[in-house]
Amino acid sequence: MIPVSDIPEIEYEDFFGLNTGFLFNSPERHCVNYFGYRVGKQVKLICCIADDSTQKIQISSCMVESTDSLDSFTARNFCFEKFEREIHENFDIGYKDHPWLKPVRYAHNRADQTKTIANYPFYSIESDELHEVGVGPIHAGIIEPGHFRFICNGEQILHLEIQLGYQHRGIEQQFLEKKKLLQRTTIAESIAGDTVVGHTTAFSQVWESLCGFKVSRDIEFARTIALELERMAVHTGDLSGVCTDIAYQLGNSVFGRLRTPIINYMQEWCGSRLSKGLVRPGRNQFPLTPELAHRLAAVLDVYEPDFLEMNEQMFQLPSVLSRFERTGVVSYDDVLSIGTVGMAARMSGLNRDIRSSHPFGLYPEIGHQPIIKHHGDVYSRVQIRKAEVKQSMQYIRNLLQGIPEQDDSEPSFENPKPNSFTLSLVEGWRGEICHCAITGDKGELIMYKVKDPSFHNWLALALSVRNNEISDFPICNKSFNLSYSGHDL
Amino acid sequence: MFDNIKIVYHQGKQFIPDVTKAKVPGIFRGRPVISSEKVNETELMELCPVDAISASPVSIDLGKCTFCGECAKRFPNKIRFTTDYKIATNERDRLIVKEGDDQPVEVNPETVRNDIHRLFGRSLKLRQVSAGGDGSYEMELNAANNVQFDMSRFGIEFVASPRHADGIVITGPITENMAKSVQICYDAVPEPKIIVLVGTDAISGGILENSAAIERSFLVTYPVDLYIPGNPAHPLTIINGLLDLTRKRKSKV
Repeated sequence: MIPVSDIPEIEYEDFFGLNTGFLFNSPERHCVNYFGYRVGKQVKLICCIADDSTQKIQISSCMVESTDSLDSFTARNFCFEKFEREIHENFDIGYKDHPWLKPVRYAHNRADQTKTIANYPFYSIESDELHEVGVGPIHAGIIEPGHFRFICNGEQILHLEIQLGYQHRGIEQQFLEKKKLLQRTTIAESIAGDTVVGHTTAFSQVWESLCGFKVSRDIEFARTIALELERMAVHTGDLSGVCTDIAYQLGNSVFGRLRTPIINYMQEWCGSRLSKGLVRPGRNQFPLTPELAHRLAAVLDVYEPDFLEMNEQMFQLPSVLSRFERTGVVSYDDVLSIGTVGMAARMSGLNRDIRSSHPFGLYPEIGHQPIIKHHGDVYSRVQIRKAEVKQSMQYIRNLLQGIPEQDDSEPSFENPKPNSFTLSLVEGWRGEICHCAITGDKGELIMYKVKDPSFHNWLALALSVRNNEISDFPICNKSFNLSYSGHDL
Repeated sequence: MFDNIKIVYHQGKQFIPDVTKAKVPGIFRGRPVISSEKVNETELMELCPVDAISASPVSIDLGKCTFCGECAKRFPNKIRFTTDYKIATNERDRLIVKEGDDQPVEVNPETVRNDIHRLFGRSLKLRQVSAGGDGSYEMELNAANNVQFDMSRFGIEFVASPRHADGIVITGPITENMAKSVQICYDAVPEPKIIVLVGTDAISGGILENSAAIERSFLVTYPVDLYIPGNPAHPLTIINGLLDLTRKRKSKV
């Protein structure tokens, strides 16, 4: 946490040069958040660039008018693409040379209310030989809504445009409107239902930092174990989903049923299969007692042989491998340029893992080594899931060797520090989660910014399906498994 | 081939033989029981993040409750969450559990719309629409159809097109951006059709009740046939709710 006044406020020209310069030829740096908020009639832009090699985060700011027409960062570096679209959508700030200045999510408080989700300006190609396929917002399965527009040449996809925003619930605004801590924690829990632990941990870290609260070891212990269990559960479920999409029934059923003992364990621990209610700021709501730890070890012991056996069988089937290999490829250059994070970066050889680059919780002592693959195809993504499940099991078993003393006492929070800025980074199973908060003169929240990894990664899915057959879209989609609600907020 | 048989053998028996009597593991927070102990009711109400608790007599509205368990933690002698997962009902008022109540929250067959039992009692096909659901509701609906819960053994299935459906299942608080799609989907389902709400967000808006980005007029226009509460609703709550709605008989007059 730092005072807002400590963030250097510079002219836009310098702001532009500084931040695009940071990323020039520097794969070790990436933009974790870039957003604006109103200060009087002006808009203050804050850009946060993380440096993975020095573990530092460079924060700079700039005041602009909403009538301004600015040089866009995106013209220099594509990874700013969505951030600038969001700033444009929220505050009507113009960009002279942004290549793709379209709405992001049709937020309820957007600047231009005449733009509605029904008249999104899709990209199209005039040709007698091409056709378009529109899918959604309601999908065939039981999943969240989003619209996909394919431009195809026969069976081959030339271009995919993904239009989101259907899930927009006004989450960031609700953080400001709801005043009770438990209300805000509950909002954090509902950002993305598959990343409950990730987002609630990010929110808790923000709150603890704003209030100057020192977290005890047992709380960090519980959060770290819960994060790894969440990773295991989702990865196992996604392996099942990938099997469904290649019509491999055995894999689908076995991985599907293997997810159940993990989430049922979460219920034994905290009363909710999806970990709602577990993470609370400053408090160890459900202490991980030695009995629970013993149960967890037993659950893992039963889970492991079945998981490994199924994997061994699946990865030796030529019919499975032929669908995984070289399907949905995104190159290293592309993931670097569009700035993907988490698994969607590690699949193509780009090392992005907050657990090792900006470690939090108990990760400094775990000494996490990210799992990195190089082909950027479905096979790489599936392999990462398999390897990360094994790694998570190892971490959990090691952690269970030294259970700290558990304490479920009520924390006493001081008021949040006035005029402060804080940023929290958490590596969820999908990738880097970033929450930022700014307080006003009385310590009240005046800005809350949530960034789910999906915000970066949806574009990677769109690129991955190019030149693939349209029938391979489901498997590409599932191998990423991105969040609609985390993106739309 | 033998490897495959070995894998199948190693899974053992996964399905739950009787989904109406299965026990849930651990400390599941299902139907609450409220004792008559005197407590500071203002403090109790103030505690709840979603104003689900009302005073004199103390009651909890399961349609609003996020099942966070904070009230039971702070007032353990006043409020206790049981592991009773059968909390789905067709009457909105029944979701309100009052002080001293210790009877199940269940479907009242007398007020279920005519024909539901006759038409859907053996086969019910549903179209799910997520309208701001955070993903957890959707995952639990999917889980209701996995090899463990296996809802399709009762003839209840989710279908890809509203044209093939007997009703819609809505999750999420219904965002402004999805409101039109929900309407279009509902219109596309042939008559007679039912509406099922799954999860706290769908039933009341939950924590997002007052958000300017949600638009719930659809639920004012059309009657709801089944409320399945939970945050998210447990697969057993979902299956038992749908079974009760379609299988319970009216008493003969």
